[in-house]
Amino acid sequence: MPEAPALRIQGLRHAYAGQPVLALDSLHLAPGEQCLLLGPSGSGKTTLLHAIAGLLRPTAGEIQVRGQDLAALGSAARDRFRGRHIGIVFQRLHLLPALTVLDNLRLAQRLGGRPADTTAALGLLDALGLAGLAARKPAALSTGQAQRVAIARALVQRPALLLADEPTSSLDDANAQRGLRLLRSQAQAAGAALLLVSHDARLRGQFDRELRLDGPA
Amino acid sequence: MTALHLALAQLRHTPLLTALNALLMALGTASIVFLLLAGDQFARAIARDAQGIDLVLGAKGSPLQLILSSVYHADIPTGNIPLAEARRWAEDRRVARAVPLSLGDSYRGFRIVGTTPDYAGLYAARLQQGEYWQAPLQAVVGAAVARETGLGLGDSFSGAHGLAGGAAHADHAPYRVVGLLAPSGTVLDRLILTSLESVWALHGAPAAALPGAAREDHHDHDHDHDHDEGRDHTHGGHPDSAAPGPRRQEQQDPAEREITALLLRYATPMAAISLPREVNAQSQLQAAAPAFELARLLQLVGLGLEGLRAFAAVLILSAGFAVFVALYGALEARQYDFALLRCLGATRGQLLRSLCLEGLLLTALGALLGTLLGYAAMAALGQWLAHSRGLLLDPWVWPPQQSWLLLGLLAVGLLASALPAWRAYRSDVARILAQE
Ligand SMILES: Nc1ncnc2c1ncn2[C@@H]1O[C@H](COP(=O)(O)OP(=O)(O)OP(=O)(O)O)[C@@H](O)[C@H]1O
Ligand SMILES: [Mg+2]
Repeated sequence: MPEAPALRIQGLRHAYAGQPVLALDSLHLAPGEQCLLLGPSGSGKTTLLHAIAGLLRPTAGEIQVRGQDLAALGSAARDRFRGRHIGIVFQRLHLLPALTVLDNLRLAQRLGGRPADTTAALGLLDALGLAGLAARKPAALSTGQAQRVAIARALVQRPALLLADEPTSSLDDANAQRGLRLLRSQAQAAGAALLLVSHDARLRGQFDRELRLDGPA
Repeated sequence: MTALHLALAQLRHTPLLTALNALLMALGTASIVFLLLAGDQFARAIARDAQGIDLVLGAKGSPLQLILSSVYHADIPTGNIPLAEARRWAEDRRVARAVPLSLGDSYRGFRIVGTTPDYAGLYAARLQQGEYWQAPLQAVVGAAVARETGLGLGDSFSGAHGLAGGAAHADHAPYRVVGLLAPSGTVLDRLILTSLESVWALHGAPAAALPGAAREDHHDHDHDHDHDEGRDHTHGGHPDSAAPGPRRQEQQDPAEREITALLLRYATPMAAISLPREVNAQSQLQAAAPAFELARLLQLVGLGLEGLRAFAAVLILSAGFAVFVALYGALEARQYDFALLRCLGATRGQLLRSLCLEGLLLTALGALLGTLLGYAAMAALGQWLAHSRGLLLDPWVWPPQQSWLLLGLLAVGLLASALPAWRAYRSDVARILAQE
C-alpha cells in the first residue's frame, strides 16, 4: 500500500459571509515534500492554512492530511489529530509567555500525544542554535531567537505536515534566509512535508515546487 | 498532567496578582474560620462549666441570672434561699447529687465560694497540692487564682465584701490556703472554695456552729465599708444592699441558715419533667435548667455571630469575585495563548479544565492560607485567654462546618472561573489567529 500523501486538497473554496476569499482546485504534497505558495496580501493564504489545520471549516472542497479527512473528525479528535500530525509556524510568532522555551517545546510534545522527551527537545534547540536558551521565558528572547523557537516547537512532536505562514516576514534579510534554511533542513530531518505560504518575493526560486495563489477572481 | 502544569505555570507567571488574589480569599476565609472556631470554643466552654448540673435552685428572679451567677460566676446572685428548704429538695429521691453554694465574698476579684468538696467533683477536678478543708476558714484555691495572686499552701488572705473585690474584711481572721486545685479549664480555675461554715461565719452565723471561727460578733462589721460593689452583697446584713431582699443572717438557729444556690443532678431523666415545675410551684425557690437557659443565651449571642458570619461571607464572595476578575480580565490578553494551545492539539475540554483548575488552585491557595491564618488567630486568642482569663481553649479542633466551608470556598472558586473558562472554550481559534 503506497504511503498516503501528506496533504491532498481538492476543489477547495472558502467565503466569509458570502464573500469568496479562497479558491484552490488541487494540491498534493508527498511525504517530506516542500512547497512554496506565493500570493499577494488578502489572497487567502492564512485562510488556507487554517482550513488545512482544521481550525476553520471551508465552504466547499475536501482536505486530507495523511489520508485523514479532517472534517470527518469530531472537535476533540480533530484537535488531537492536529496536535499529533500538524506543526504550525505562525505569521506572527507566538510562544506561551508563562512557560520557558523548553517547556513550550515539551508542552507541544505532550499535546501532540507524545511523552515529553526532554532529550529530543534539547537536541532540536541545539540544532537551531538555541542550546543556551532552554530555561528562558519567551519575553527574554530576540525576534530571531523566538522565530527559531517557534520552528523548533512546530517540529518537536515530529509532525507529518508542517504549515508555515510567512515565517520570515518579521525578520531582516540575513535572518530571514537563515530562518528559512533552518525551517527547511529541520523539516527534512523530521521527515515532515512543508507547505510555506508567503507574499515575500525574496523567497521566489528557492523551492522545487512553487505555486501561486491569486484568490478567487 | 498538562492542565495542572499549565495552570500552575500561569499562576507562577503572575506572582503578584496570584498572591493578591489569594490574600483576598485568605482574609475572608480566616474571618469565617475564626468565627467558626470561636463559636465552637465558646459553646464548649459553656457546656464544660455546666457539666453535671441539670438544675439550679436559687432565689426567685431571672432564671438566666441564677444560672450565670451560680454556674458561671459571671453575674450577681438573685438572692439567698433557706438551707432547710434547699435540703428538702436535695433529699428528693429524684435527685442524685446536690451541691450547695454560698456566695458573697471575693479575694482580689476571685469569688470565694462556700460549698462542699463535691463541687470540685462535678468537674472531676484534682487537688494539685494539699487537701480539702477540714475546718472553717480553710480554703482551696483554683489554678488561675493561685497563678495570678501568688497564693500558695499555707498562705493567708482576707476576703473582701462583694463579688468583684470590695473592701477587705479587715476585722476578722483571714482564710488559710490548705489546697491547690490542678487546672481544669473550667470555672473552678478562677474560684476560691471553702466550707459553707466559713461563709456563714463571716456573714453572721452563730459562733457555736463554727468551732475554730475567730470572731462571732462581726455581723455589723461592714456597715461603714463603702460599697463599691454593693450590688454584689447577697449575704444580707447590709441595710444599704441592693440585693433582692436576702434575709439578715443573724438567726441563732442553724436551721435558718441560708445558701445562695443548690446545684442538682437528676437521678433519672424523668425528673426533668416534674422537678422544676414542682420547685417553682411549691416553694419560694426558683428552679432553672442550665441547658435551657444557655440555649436561650446562645440564641441571643448567636444573632451577633450570624451578623459577623454574614460579613465574612461577603468577604469571601468578594474574594471569589476577585478571582473571577483576575481570570476574566486576563482572558482578553490570553486568548491568543488559548488559540495557540488549540493549534498545538489541546482540546476545548482541556482548555476548560485548565482554566477551572487555575481558579480552583487560586481559591485553594487562599483557602489554605486563610485556614492557617484563622487557626493562628484562634491559637493566639487561646494563649491570651489562658494567660489573662485562665480560660483553657483547645483551638486545634476541626468543627464539621469547617469542612463545609472549604467545600463552599472551592465551589466559589469554580464558579468564578466558570465563565472565563466557558469563554475560552467557545473561542474561535481561526478568527483569533487571523486578528494580527
Ligand atoms: N474572520 C474573517 N471574517 C471576514 N473576512 C475575513 C476573515 N478573515 C479574513 N478575512 C478576509 O479574507 C481575505 C483573506 O484573508 P487572509 O488572512 O487569508 O489573507 P492572507 O493571504 O493571509 O493575507 P496576508 O498576506 O495579508 O496575511 C481577506 O480579504 C480578509 O479580509
Ligand atoms: Mg496571512
